[in-house]
Amino acid sequence: MSSVFFFIAAAGVIAGAVGVVTLRDPFFAVLALVVHLVCLAALFLLLRAQFIAAVQVVVYAGAVMVLYVFVVAYVGGEGEAIGERLRGAGLTAGGGPVASGLRRLGAVLGAALLVELLIALLGTGLEAINHEGAGFSTAHGEAATFGTPAYIGRLLLTRFLLAFEIASFLLLIAAVGGVVLARRRGGLGEDDDRSGLTPMDLLRPASSGTMAEAVGRTGGEQ
Amino acid sequence: MSIAWYLAVSAIVFTLGAVGVMVRRNPLVVLLCLELMLNGGNLALVAFSRMLGNGDGQILALVVMTVAACEVCIGLGMIVALYRRRLPIDVDELRELQG
Repeated sequence: MSSVFFFIAAAGVIAGAVGVVTLRDPFFAVLALVVHLVCLAALFLLLRAQFIAAVQVVVYAGAVMVLYVFVVAYVGGEGEAIGERLRGAGLTAGGGPVASGLRRLGAVLGAALLVELLIALLGTGLEAINHEGAGFSTAHGEAATFGTPAYIGRLLLTRFLLAFEIASFLLLIAAVGGVVLARRRGGLGEDDDRSGLTPMDLLRPASSGTMAEAVGRTGGEQ
Repeated sequence: MSIAWYLAVSAIVFTLGAVGVMVRRNPLVVLLCLELMLNGGNLALVAFSRMLGNGDGQILALVVMTVAACEVCIGLGMIVALYRRRLPIDVDELRELQG
């Protein structure tokens, strides 16, 4: 029975990955990645990693993919269109002979990488990869709790406390970096935002107590 | 199912992600393909964790997910910043790092 589930989930995983690589519209690529992630969570369940599977569905297929969908809706499928327009109307298919040759080289390199990975992973001579997995140690009752949130939580707060703390700092730094990169004023986008009116200038009446007026700059000087 | 099948699936997913990173032009899709590569690595980690019967691989998979979330945050922030500056959203046009 588990082999039937394995093949269904593996087919979903590979089909989702192929969809991400081949679909032209970025929005459909994001949806294909959601399919891929849900099927990968099923594979994690088959490997007795219940907590990883739950995190995969909640964090990845939930939060991260929502972020992707918002950015795709904001930037739009315009990305490809801008590239085509800059490149000229005649080269619609592959973006010029040099670029299409490089893409073919990329596919060949990918095939070589697949062969190498399969040789490295399956030709190791490790006897253990031909079995379903090792027996679980019964030291702390791990056989019953392997992969559950309690098991992962105990590991994270005892043996891997340093990794846990480093991951939390990394998330904090990434959040600050994301806000700095994508904020509206200053930073990277100052040349087109400082000049001209913003919608807030139109909505706000004059002398309504903004910070700019407090330091002596009136709002309507440009 | 033996662990070898899971490793084969992870190798295929990793390769598909690598091909996507090399072939696609839209940086959004390049980020998605990076996610594919990280997921292939995650599947191999969880499979080896099951093979050895201890949870270290699962902890490492969690850390990889954290790093992937950070990478998505920074990458999407950069794409939004590119869009604000009216730069082309195309990795072939963005050869130079100076604006």
